[in-house]
Amino acid sequence: MTESTSNTRGRGVPLWVQIIVWVSLLGLLAIIAIELNHSQQGQIGPGDRVNNFTMPLFSGYDWNGQSQIQLSDFRGKVVMVNFWASWCKPCEQEAPDLEQAWQFYRDDRRVVFIGADYVDTEPEARAYLAKFGITFANGPDLGTRVSQLFRIKGVPETYFVDQQGVLRYAQIGPFSSVDEIKSIINPMLK
Amino acid sequence: MVADFGYGVIAIAFLVALYSAGAAIYGERTKSADWIESARRAMLLLWPLISISAASLIYLLITNHFEVSFVYEVTSREMPTYLKITAWWGGQAGSLVFWSWLMAAFASLVTLRKWDRDREFLPWVIVVTSITTAFFLSLVVFYENPFAFFWQGPDGKLITDAAGNAIKGMLAPMAGASIAIPQDGNGLNPLLRHPGMIIHPPMLYLGFVSFVIPFAFAIAALITGRMDDRWIRITRRWTLFAWLFLSCGLVLGSRWAYDVLGWGGFWGWDPVEIAALMPWLTGTAFLHSVMIQEKRGMLKQWNMLLIILTYSLVIFGTFLTRTGVLSSVHAFAQSAIGPAFFAFIGVTFVVSVALLIYRWPDLRGETEMKSMLSREALFLLNNLLFISVLVVCFWGVVFPIISQLFTGQTVTVGPPFYQTAVAPLFAGLMLLMGVAPLSAWGHSSLKTLGRAIWKSAVAALVITAILFSFYTNNLIALVGFFLVVLVLLVTLQEFWRATRARSKATQENFALSFWNLFGRDRRRYGGYVIHMSMMLMAIGILGINLFQVQTQGTVSANNSLSLGGYTIKYDSVAQFPGPDGQQVMRAVVSAYQGNHYLGELYPRIDYYTTAQQNMTIPGDRSTLKDDLYIILVDWQPTSTNSATFKIFVNPLVNWLWIGAILFLFGIIIAAWPDRDAERVLARTHHIHPTDSKQTSAAD
Amino acid sequence: MKRLFWVSILIFIVTSLFTSIALAQQPVPTPSDDQVNQIAHQLYCPVCANTPLDVCPTEACRQWRDLIRQQLAQGWTEDQIKQYFVQQYGVRVLAEPPETGINWLIYILPPLIILAGAFTLFRALRTWTKPVSASAAFGSNEDALKDEYVARMEEELKKRN
Repeated sequence: MTESTSNTRGRGVPLWVQIIVWVSLLGLLAIIAIELNHSQQGQIGPGDRVNNFTMPLFSGYDWNGQSQIQLSDFRGKVVMVNFWASWCKPCEQEAPDLEQAWQFYRDDRRVVFIGADYVDTEPEARAYLAKFGITFANGPDLGTRVSQLFRIKGVPETYFVDQQGVLRYAQIGPFSSVDEIKSIINPMLK
Repeated sequence: MVADFGYGVIAIAFLVALYSAGAAIYGERTKSADWIESARRAMLLLWPLISISAASLIYLLITNHFEVSFVYEVTSREMPTYLKITAWWGGQAGSLVFWSWLMAAFASLVTLRKWDRDREFLPWVIVVTSITTAFFLSLVVFYENPFAFFWQGPDGKLITDAAGNAIKGMLAPMAGASIAIPQDGNGLNPLLRHPGMIIHPPMLYLGFVSFVIPFAFAIAALITGRMDDRWIRITRRWTLFAWLFLSCGLVLGSRWAYDVLGWGGFWGWDPVEIAALMPWLTGTAFLHSVMIQEKRGMLKQWNMLLIILTYSLVIFGTFLTRTGVLSSVHAFAQSAIGPAFFAFIGVTFVVSVALLIYRWPDLRGETEMKSMLSREALFLLNNLLFISVLVVCFWGVVFPIISQLFTGQTVTVGPPFYQTAVAPLFAGLMLLMGVAPLSAWGHSSLKTLGRAIWKSAVAALVITAILFSFYTNNLIALVGFFLVVLVLLVTLQEFWRATRARSKATQENFALSFWNLFGRDRRRYGGYVIHMSMMLMAIGILGINLFQVQTQGTVSANNSLSLGGYTIKYDSVAQFPGPDGQQVMRAVVSAYQGNHYLGELYPRIDYYTTAQQNMTIPGDRSTLKDDLYIILVDWQPTSTNSATFKIFVNPLVNWLWIGAILFLFGIIIAAWPDRDAERVLARTHHIHPTDSKQTSAAD
Repeated sequence: MKRLFWVSILIFIVTSLFTSIALAQQPVPTPSDDQVNQIAHQLYCPVCANTPLDVCPTEACRQWRDLIRQQLAQGWTEDQIKQYFVQQYGVRVLAEPPETGINWLIYILPPLIILAGAFTLFRALRTWTKPVSASAAFGSNEDALKDEYVARMEEELKKRN
């Protein structure tokens, strides 16, 4: 066997192979780029349109007798969507404030409070709601569909949607007082 | 001040790396040896510079300078000093400095060798290694700066951004701001605060980083058009060492997971674990197919492709882990380095593939095989199987990303998928390990192979039959153990025959002959040791995967739980502070086998108050036959005085660790430099400027 | 007498009926930790990353394991429990993607690619192996293996000296 040589130059890579290679490579890079973009996206922000969603409600925590709600039901009203879980310690901080704020707004038919229970178990969720005397509409976020819509990164997070279905404010983390909640909703009612 | 100094030095290192790459390119274009030498010197400057910067960082870590953001993030006052040092790689920013430091070290080592015979490679090797080092340094300088400070406004309040995260930087973000000094740090992630964790990341990084050298030589070969075996000769030992470190890192990670994480297993098929396994798979394939290139001059294209693929998988895996694209217990938190890193891997992939396609025709060798059962053919089959495992792993990691994009739903691809897919492929590889050593280079037939293997095969069948009669009728286990015994017997037979032949030829005594086998042909016999050690590991893996039993139960004091012939009596539990600021809840249990007392075991839970995280550390009794592995799941306060334990009996698992140690020895044997052969090579190279097959036999 | 007999039969039948109804409604004894873990092992924690439910130490996971225990006590089957978890928390709680829609790709693609690779290799080997000349093969192969070691040793010894 003689020295390895390059004077017997073979054929190049066939065109169809090149096409497959480049398409796969660029396809992979494209997928990674899009996913990177997605993962770097934060929660939805003010100005984003909130897509319609359906959510079942716990019995006893219904809205106007409905055991299931859609966001479009509330067109023309200010909607506050609060994501919480019974295993979430910071959520307990804001729970009394939320209920108090609800008591303030419940007769004003222009405001709706919705609680979305994130990745939780019903018995524990009910115990939590009972513990803090929550009365506004609450339901499980089945399959995490609603929270994925808002791209939440954790609980508690609260989102304020205006009368046209556009997000106006996102609260990441618990509220520190009832006044804080009011100071967000009141301007939206003007 | 130390922080400013550290940052300044590493910023300079970044500029030096850029200069080195530029000077090398310019020197190559203008054929100026002076510029190339300047580039080489600049590269040599990198490691001292980064070392100084790293030393500053370590100084800040151990002296509790919490105003430096990285120090705050990964250390706290309660941590012992040795953990504060290892916190250097405990977070994204510091570990990027660590990575750069290792890369500069390897680049320097490579440039320090004699380049007389390979002058044309030098500039391009410098370019590739400098650009890579420059890239990682750029991540430190621009995105993840460990030296950045926390700032407070004139009112003393921490300056934060809109989302509430503290602003970090070297310079004051606004007038009147001063450096904020927190009282205590966050502390290292409790999972990392364990001696076992000290060595696993560095070893893994060593493995990853060292693959850049063979890659650099491959690219140099492609660019210069000098595509004979030279680049492989130079980098063969590098690749073996890179593979050694990577294997070490994987083994250490598994051992640590088993020892400390307390879920009863050692490999979870987590995406980040798989990201570290993938380059190992292609690296192993390369180590085999490179032998074909040396012996028969074939597969140059394939080998080039394998090295590029290995390095690409290294940086791809690093990208996935560090940029938060994958969610995993291993992954670093979300980071700003994502887009820059993506650009880097994009450019690397595209340039490598373009070069490879461009030079493809020039890489043709003489491809001629005499038999489908020759060693070359079997090595190719080996490659096919390794690449198949790679395909399964890669697809399993990438598919959830695709699913998320197209359906918006996240799916989990878990152990059942991988285990079902990969088991038959590994069985095939084991079969090859038993057959290939008996196959000759060039020609083999069913007849010759059959004659060589029949004794071992029959013996293996007999042993399997015994196992079947007395121990198990699990089909997978029986097939697995048959293959293990077959490979062990075939390999031992090879040792035996070689020793006997040598002893006859040289009149040495048997033992001396055996020892000298390793002196003569380290790669072959080191390789056989590696194969045998993998079979020992296979015994452990089969044992724990197929025959593990577990139970969980709550018992009150002095009562027992039983499993698989063992009995555990719960004696007591105590709570006390640990050496690292944690609260330790430690249970004392007595283990019995039947009536025979085995000793005490101490499963415990360590609770880290700042991180609000638990570590469950098992109590473990190891014998060759099995492991008795106990986890403290929960305990009740003294009123009821009961505790919940989870017990595993893991049969044969210690063969995995024994095999792993033997495995590392085997690699060291295989990689041990052969001084005589080097001189022979050098001499023959003066006569034959390009490579010839004869020299390979002297290896 | 005859009437007493029939009344006894009636009482017997009614009692048996009630007993069997009562037995059917009797809850399964509290499922053991092992039974819970056996199912939890096949599910993944909905919030933590890639952590099986039987291993996950968080409070939430403990609640989920208790939920499984309750469901087992109520007589739910393994499939029913898994279905419930998928409905509540999404498909990611399963250890493997369910075989619906795009998920078929995960199961189909690897075997396809591997087969394609095997086919390519087979074709390449076919092209590369040339028919071996009869005499050379037979003569050398038989003894090749046996003497290969001795020959190699002698060759290397010669080189050494």
